[in-house]
Amino acid sequence: MNTVTRGFHGRRGGDPDRIPPGQYETSDFPVLSVGPTPRVDTDEWTLAIVNEAGQALTWSWDAFMALPQEHPHVDIHCVTRWSRLDTDWVGVSLDVLLEDVETTAEYALALSHGGYSTDVPLEDLTDGRAWIAHTFDGEPLAPEHGGPARLIVPHLYFWKSAKWVREIRLLHEDDPGFWEQAGYHSYGDPWREQRYQGD
Amino acid sequence: MREPEHVDANVLAGPLSEILSVDLTTAERHCAVCGAEGVFAELHVVADGPGWVASCPRCRTLVLRLVRTADSLWLDLGGSGTVRIRTGP
Repeated sequence: MNTVTRGFHGRRGGDPDRIPPGQYETSDFPVLSVGPTPRVDTDEWTLAIVNEAGQALTWSWDAFMALPQEHPHVDIHCVTRWSRLDTDWVGVSLDVLLEDVETTAEYALALSHGGYSTDVPLEDLTDGRAWIAHTFDGEPLAPEHGGPARLIVPHLYFWKSAKWVREIRLLHEDDPGFWEQAGYHSYGDPWREQRYQGD
Repeated sequence: MREPEHVDANVLAGPLSEILSVDLTTAERHCAVCGAEGVFAELHVVADGPGWVASCPRCRTLVLRLVRTADSLWLDLGGSGTVRIRTGP
């Protein structure tokens, strides 16, 4: 049993234009998970986008990697109050993945290996604001950080950036995810400190 | 390769005491999924995330979610199987 808490290197303050209220800047990348790390081999990995009619578009790893790749350089903000600036990722924009999806849905539910889920308004996954990322800081995304691929939605608290994502389900009605069912905010804007329901 | 760090479920004694009149950590537990028998305190708890998440030490099934928000404690015991709290000798 591991009962040791890792060191945490953070500092208060920082650029108020980039550090949302209530956050600390850190150069670490803390590992926050709700359970064991799923091990997903890229040979078996698939990503599906399923529309409200149940129609699925599915990509294998090779098909996913053949899509146009982007290099988002973004700040990320965890609801546990750490923020990390200037992170570098490589991944596929949700705009690309949604291009051929027929939908009038307003919500998306990201579903992950290991049972995690989180809900996001569909429009927050569009217009260059969300990616399925497979590379962090020039290296393949480590399993503990969500590899082989995770959702990143950096303008929302980072619990919305589901690790080990396997499906994006499009819905007409909002369907609360893992933390949203347990009191966390349905939207999660770090600049408005939308941590909990009612914030 | 790092796994999420976990502690035992004694860490939940404090927050649970705010909403329960019994000490759940000493209760006997039967896992609904794998059949494991044990004590509630033996659950694996990941405590450094947005909330506490407890899982069965044998099959890793989610047993409990506990979140403290500004004005509430949210408790989800939906996957726990059964918990026996002895009330007599």
